[in-house]
Amino acid sequence: MTVQELPGAAAYRPTPPPAWKPLTDPAPLLPDPEPFRVLGTDAAAGVDPELLLRLYAELVRGRRYNAQATALTKQGRLAVYPSSTGQEACEIAAALVLEDRDWLFPSYRDTLAAVARGLDPVEALTLLRGDRHTGYDPREHRIAPLCTPLATQLPHAVGLAHAARLKGDDVVALAMVGDGGTSEGDFHEALNFAAVWRAPVVFLVQNNGFAISVPLAKQTAAPSLAHKAVGYGMPGRLVDGNDAAAVHQVLSEAVARARRGEGPTLVEAVTYRMEAHTNADDATRYRGDGDVEAWRAHDPIRLLERELTGRGLLDEDGIGTVREAAERMAEGLREQMNADPVLDPMDLFAHVYEEQTGQLREQAARLRGELEAEQESGAEEGR
Amino acid sequence: MSTAAATAGVRTGRARPATMAQALGRALRDSMAADPTVHVLGEDVGTLGGVFRVTDGLAKEFGDDRCTDTPLAEAGILGAAVGMAMYGLRPVVEMQFDAFAYPAFEQLISHVAKMRNRTAGAMPLPITVRVPYGGGIGGVEHHSDSSEAYYMATPGLHVVMPATVEDAYGLLRESIASDDPVVFLEPKRLYWSKADWSPDAPAPVEPIGRAVVRRPGRSATLITYGPSLPVCLEAAEAATAEGWDLEVVDLRSLVPFDDETVAASVRRTGRAVVVHESSGFGGPGGEIAARVTERCFHHLEAPVLRVAGFDIPYPPPMQERHHLPGVDRVLDAVARLQWEAES
Ligand SMILES: Cc1ncc(C[n+]2csc(CCOP(=O)(O)OP(=O)(O)O)c2C)c(N)n1
Repeated sequence: MTVQELPGAAAYRPTPPPAWKPLTDPAPLLPDPEPFRVLGTDAAAGVDPELLLRLYAELVRGRRYNAQATALTKQGRLAVYPSSTGQEACEIAAALVLEDRDWLFPSYRDTLAAVARGLDPVEALTLLRGDRHTGYDPREHRIAPLCTPLATQLPHAVGLAHAARLKGDDVVALAMVGDGGTSEGDFHEALNFAAVWRAPVVFLVQNNGFAISVPLAKQTAAPSLAHKAVGYGMPGRLVDGNDAAAVHQVLSEAVARARRGEGPTLVEAVTYRMEAHTNADDATRYRGDGDVEAWRAHDPIRLLERELTGRGLLDEDGIGTVREAAERMAEGLREQMNADPVLDPMDLFAHVYEEQTGQLREQAARLRGELEAEQESGAEEGR
Repeated sequence: MSTAAATAGVRTGRARPATMAQALGRALRDSMAADPTVHVLGEDVGTLGGVFRVTDGLAKEFGDDRCTDTPLAEAGILGAAVGMAMYGLRPVVEMQFDAFAYPAFEQLISHVAKMRNRTAGAMPLPITVRVPYGGGIGGVEHHSDSSEAYYMATPGLHVVMPATVEDAYGLLRESIASDDPVVFLEPKRLYWSKADWSPDAPAPVEPIGRAVVRRPGRSATLITYGPSLPVCLEAAEAATAEGWDLEVVDLRSLVPFDDETVAASVRRTGRAVVVHESSGFGGPGGEIAARVTERCFHHLEAPVLRVAGFDIPYPPPMQERHHLPGVDRVLDAVARLQWEAES
């Protein structure tokens, strides 16, 4: 596909961004010091039961996905997996608040958000399996490639949202980043651009307590990460990242605000990373089991389950049905991941440029020759 | 640059198997013990001991101020190191992986590399930037780049890469002792390579910038460094079956470049192949081949050949073996050194 063929490219008419009025009163920008909560409060009664049940089913499925993917690393089916167990409420809410036309900009940990948005569970794992960098067409799903360099996807989200706005499209971009990622220069530049351009972007920081081994206290001296929004001129919101209803509500408001043309929002979801950074990491080196146990009582699935059963919206049968569906998903994932991916080494040269350079054609020919010789000599593939 | 630093330290131990990662850690420790101005900083270098455990134990032994877990910001880490060095400290910075050093390029290229020159020699920056680099460990995207060509194209930086356990120790100590900035590239896939080595009686190390002949030979020279050294040594052994007696030169640093050792070898053998895993086009091999040609033209029996990674973004781990130059590709190049037959 060339640039000219991109959907909407012909109709592209740049329009200037809306005029910027500096905000004189910073008060509305400051986050409440207490993370916003819904579950277990009176506000919970006002939430659509359908939504709560949907969130619940997705959380359970998400957790099962995390467990299955982690198990696949042990069988060598995945090179690595950064689990989001404990953070499912953030992942699921991020996916569910977006319309089809909106865009998601996930980090490497956000496989679950991509799957909840509708991405095929296996396609979402190709990066971590190691057969291709991005196993899906970002444009088809409106999910940017899972991003490994930290915070570098944030300016992309700003640019995309800005471009959509210039085109007159009603599109919002939601970009996800970890607490550690907020220290990168790209994070700050993205926030500044977004605010100055009043781009329709929502930044979701999953503050899960650690950047690999480094605790939040060594990452920032700010009262909260949400406070960082204020200096750029956008509102910062603090939410309980384990309360799926609360994350959903805060993100929905931020998305609506962006859609109304009122600019970006920074949302900090306070959560906890229950597993190690990845399966390759040893979390006992930097934290005690006690910390993890303390967070178990505040588990996102448990919180929601308590709410739903307490209100008679869910019973043992209902829970069983949800778990069964999650089990079936895991089974399917296991089955598909246990099949070796079919790889064509010639793909190495297929997507470097639109048209292969002579140099690459030469190198491709050399590799083809090597592969043929390998086959002829009956040599086993893969030394 | 002093060689004294390399041999300082207590000498009590006997040789036993040590990994390259352990030797690097020991070099950091000994440098910190010998010089209170040496500071280590980076992501996860403290409590965790680095993701490859190279800095393990340093924070415990020397305190958080000497081995510091920084906020997660490479430009900030290296930029802060510039200021620390301006004030008389000797920072050793860890970049977690090759591709995560890129946010720090502005600091590296505009400041670290140029401060001595900009200040007419008044303010040299003794900074060591350690970068775990290269592929072959099955890492996902952005964890396997070979970035040496970017660094060597930037005047003002030393670019050093050990390939053996002994050199990991000695060259890192030399780098830290250097008053010039050093980009110290640690071949990830050799982190767990072992040698019988005594940390307390390290082999004396030559100053940065001397190449060594790792295997003497008569019929052609393999010029290599870092992760490709074991590949070349294996190829040299295999080539004996074809009647080739290959010499293997380990450059150990790209900047400074040891023209003498390399040229002397090629003049003896009359043929040369440069082997590295970073992309060939615009890569180190082009520069090396040109230098060899300039110095050895009349001794050459064949053009200087290059064996390099393909000119593609580093592939996904399941495909990396097709990209990385292995023994067969080296042997193929050696066969092509029979120039008369081909032309
Ligand atoms: C620019 C950059 N530097 C370093 C890394 C290596 N790295 C991968 S994950 C990670 C920690 C990230 O922590 P955080 O942003 O809090 O996200 P979390 O892993 O907790 O989800 C680091 C340092 C990277 N991926 N990118």
